[in-house]
Amino acid sequence: MAKIASKAKEPKKTVKQTFGMKVLTIVFAVISIIYVLPVFIVLYNSFKTNGGIALNLFSFPDGESFNGFANYIKGMTFGNYPFWEAALWSLFITLGGVTLILICTSMAAWYIQRSNTLFCKIVYFFCIFSMVVPFQMVMFTLSDTANKLKLTTPWGILFVYLGFGAGLAIFMFSGFVKSIPIEIEEAADVDGAGPLKTFFGIVLPIMKPTFISVAILETMWIWNDYLLPYLILDGKLYKTIPIHMQFLNGSYGQTDHGAIMALVVLSILPIVIFYFACQKYIIEGVVSGAVKG
Amino acid sequence: MFKKPKRKLYALIFLLPTLAAFIVGFVYPFIRGIYLSFFKFQIVNKATFVGINNYIKAFKDESFLRSFWFTLAFVVVSVILINVMAFFIAYALTLNIRGSNVYRTVFFMPNLIGGIILGYIWHQIFDGLLRSMDMPSLVTNSDLGFWGLIILMCWQQAGYMMIIYIAGFQGVPHDLYEAAKIDGAKKTQILTKVTLPMMMPSITICTFLTLTNSFKLFDQNLALTGGAPLTDGIWTTRMMALNIYKTFYGEGISAKGVGQAEGVIFFLIVVVISLAQLYFTRRREVQA
Repeated sequence: MAKIASKAKEPKKTVKQTFGMKVLTIVFAVISIIYVLPVFIVLYNSFKTNGGIALNLFSFPDGESFNGFANYIKGMTFGNYPFWEAALWSLFITLGGVTLILICTSMAAWYIQRSNTLFCKIVYFFCIFSMVVPFQMVMFTLSDTANKLKLTTPWGILFVYLGFGAGLAIFMFSGFVKSIPIEIEEAADVDGAGPLKTFFGIVLPIMKPTFISVAILETMWIWNDYLLPYLILDGKLYKTIPIHMQFLNGSYGQTDHGAIMALVVLSILPIVIFYFACQKYIIEGVVSGAVKG
Repeated sequence: MFKKPKRKLYALIFLLPTLAAFIVGFVYPFIRGIYLSFFKFQIVNKATFVGINNYIKAFKDESFLRSFWFTLAFVVVSVILINVMAFFIAYALTLNIRGSNVYRTVFFMPNLIGGIILGYIWHQIFDGLLRSMDMPSLVTNSDLGFWGLIILMCWQQAGYMMIIYIAGFQGVPHDLYEAAKIDGAKKTQILTKVTLPMMMPSITICTFLTLTNSFKLFDQNLALTGGAPLTDGIWTTRMMALNIYKTFYGEGISAKGVGQAEGVIFFLIVVVISLAQLYFTRRREVQA
């Protein structure tokens, strides 16, 4: 009986808006506006002159303080490194790192779960363990190792990201592999498909939802990561967006807030577009990452 | 799937790339980090064994101790605030108020922006606010720095935790509410006796995530205050991660052995506290 009653209530959109809920709607609308204000303030300040920004951060650009796109043009070459180059390296490292992590760790996780030897159990344990360890614990020895192995290029750092991102990825893929009935793979095996064919033909397509979740979580991490690339990359040749921004904001000479704010807008823009394009997947990714954790 | 004769060959294909990277990127640096914490060194090939001397020095290092207490205070305040905020926002948004999806989108958005950029944005906002009240900058007052970090962290993380709590609320079976209503439970009783126990898994996860995130906070700390102000030779708003970083690469004579020992201590604190938290909140979880 209770089941039927709850079913009847299922179409949630039609729930009557009580007075309390109307108040809540207004409260949340106000909070939402306050929530986006910091980003919005930076957006309109990026069109103001430095004098205008210093005078009053909160006033809209007017005839005197309006600076057009001058900040954006200046920001492109501001500092000792071109912004677009930092943006390209950020894009390259994020795409490369995430692709490498997805391919390698999904294979590894499947092997770990299906062969299930003592050695694999130890590797799995270490992967989980690595998620809790703070970066500062391995920061120095990792950058030293990377230096010795000449991993200080954007190509080399992909390998480091594979190692450092393996923990979460193996954990999530393993959780999913455990839920796949082994009979499917055994049937493929009986039909003569080797492990490689079984993996790429059968297991990989089933894993697609987890693939997307891992991709989202690792993208969010690598794109915004500051300290790891800062310590590992050869700073004279390669910078990512966070490294470049921190350098501009640091106490190296005169800080040009107009130019920095223009760059802040430019670095947030792709993320916002990415967010609106795949919001559903991002939220699912966050939930499944957390529930398995 | 993997039969004996060919198992090793397939291990090469499937496991080796990840394993090699994992050893280079994590296992080896981790073990070597513990090893080097017992040595005094500037560059690694000239290290001299000093026993637990580095650890003794770390515990006598006032900036390290200050950063520990600062971090602990920050963790306690931020974990409580973020989780309470996220829990009630999620609760309200599952009541089907108009525009829930828009609010959810807005609250989650700060998570996609990196810590360095968030720190910069909030630094400008805080300084702008203080300036309009004729007050000095955020970096001149450690209390302001502390609360600035708290506001920034809440603003960023509440949306992430909200998503997890919403999933938790949606996962509570509807029959439980119906049954409670039929038994005559009041609204507050339903919240404390039905919803809260059923939400314990989400609370476990969110507490764990906020706890470890707050402990490990680095980017936001660096970009918002950078540890300033400097009072009596101690950077008063430096958290542990930033303090260890500065011990390694920072100003003055760097003591890398001590920095590594502080790293090990930091790691032990994070592991012990997060395991303890998992143990205590897991015990309260119930089955439907």
